[in-house]
Amino acid sequence: MSGDLANRSVSPSRAGAGSAEASSTEAVVAFDDVSIKFDLKPVLQNISFTVFRGETRIILGPAGGGKSVLMKLVDGLIRPDSGDIRVFGEDITTMKEVDLFKLRGRIGMVFQESALFDSLSVEDNVAYRLHEDRVSEEEAHKRVIEALQFVELEQTIAKFPPELSGGMRRRVSIARAIISSPDLILYDSPTGGLDPITSTTIVDLVIKQRDVSHTTALMITHRLQDAFLLARNRFNSKTGKVEPIPNDGIDDSTKFLVLNEGKVVFDGTTHELVHSTDPWLRDYLS
Amino acid sequence: MPFVSPEIFAKQRIAAIQDYSILSWRAVVNLFSRPRYWADIYTQMDSIGVGSMPIVVLTGFFTGCVLALQSATSLKEFGSVSLTGNLVALSMVRELGPVLTGLMVSGRNASGMASELGSMKVTEQIDAMRALGTDPVRKLVTPRLYATVFMLFFLTIVSDAVGIAGGALVAVALLGLNASSYFHNSYRALAYADVVQGLTKPLFSGFIIATVGCYFGMNTKGGTQGVGKSTTQAVVVSSVFIIVVDFIVSRAMIGIFGR
Repeated sequence: MSGDLANRSVSPSRAGAGSAEASSTEAVVAFDDVSIKFDLKPVLQNISFTVFRGETRIILGPAGGGKSVLMKLVDGLIRPDSGDIRVFGEDITTMKEVDLFKLRGRIGMVFQESALFDSLSVEDNVAYRLHEDRVSEEEAHKRVIEALQFVELEQTIAKFPPELSGGMRRRVSIARAIISSPDLILYDSPTGGLDPITSTTIVDLVIKQRDVSHTTALMITHRLQDAFLLARNRFNSKTGKVEPIPNDGIDDSTKFLVLNEGKVVFDGTTHELVHSTDPWLRDYLS
Repeated sequence: MPFVSPEIFAKQRIAAIQDYSILSWRAVVNLFSRPRYWADIYTQMDSIGVGSMPIVVLTGFFTGCVLALQSATSLKEFGSVSLTGNLVALSMVRELGPVLTGLMVSGRNASGMASELGSMKVTEQIDAMRALGTDPVRKLVTPRLYATVFMLFFLTIVSDAVGIAGGALVAVALLGLNASSYFHNSYRALAYADVVQGLTKPLFSGFIIATVGCYFGMNTKGGTQGVGKSTTQAVVVSSVFIIVVDFIVSRAMIGIFGR
């Protein structure tokens, strides 16, 4: 797959706003020399990278490399031992929890195991943030329907999470993350543990969200197929389907960050990744 | 269980006490600022208060019954069987009502809180709640704390009442005492200090049940096995705390009121 991509030309895949946003220099997430240890074991060491507005950053790497920890650091769910993390230009490493709750209002997060509230129906799960913001029932219901239509699960509105399959739970989790139109979406292994067909459905949703709303996003994946699917496909709003970018193009807003044993091994574009001469990276990608 | 050095062990215990204190403090003060989750407080009152009624009524009633039965044996030796009412009322109101209600509610609800919050913790639902901009302490712990303290107070009154009624049943049906004199003696035995002592204890017990249950739930680690461990620890620690604090409150009340 990587070899195939290496022969592709790097071309702008998204017309108009997408390209303009991708070229924006406004940093949405910026890590500066971030390190964290758990029980004296270093999990992330001297991590530095920047994600700009409109960018979709795919975080790749072997299991246990600290990817999920990095995602939680971005959302302020855990704090680093050293280094600075800036989200929307604000330093979250020293921010009070009360202020973090406000900041998280602008961030949508899809958890590895969905993390839906078992005791709440799908509707209440998706509308959770709206209920917290005291949005009227009528308005909340309307927006829940819209969000569920986006993930093509409007028929499950009255069901409870344990009644849904793994893939459906993941899609409800995406609906819950996007309902408030966040400025940043964090996908923590949204395809982890799913079969290839369901994984493709989830990746299609990520592509749809990227190309329709141009939201900045970070996505963790173990599957190279998913990563390259994101890089070389686009959502066609006319047909309502995800299709390969013409002329073997690559989405220029999709970039990669590869982690291994808590360190950044690669930070750059799809083109740079597939042309990398780093032996470990070449071995990992093959 | 791996051996840890006394220094690490001591540090871990002190850190746990610090975490528990911070959690308890935040749970208490959250009610004085917005947002407040009144609906969750009422739901918890129903679940903890109304839901615990059957076990509290049964425990209280039979404790009163057995208290009358046992005390009558001793009182007979002194020819004072008629004082059964005094003994049952005093024991129930000052000691057994509050303590047994606390222990029963602890067994039912501290375990419930630890397992519910523990399951939420291990399935990342607590993190999801934080990611959705909600303070889990405010949403989950504060309602449980206030609901438990408020409802345990009234459950103790119910337990005292049915305990005295149970004692009356035994006194009248088995000991052949006069119902009117039993209730008259019970009423006369109780002083203001006894009632204050009996109704102060559930405030402490309620606080212990909710904070200990939630603390172990919120700090659960290690999957389903961890949830089981947290549940057991919550019941054990809260039960021991209730009995220890009962002794301290009793001593303080005797110091204040002189009885």
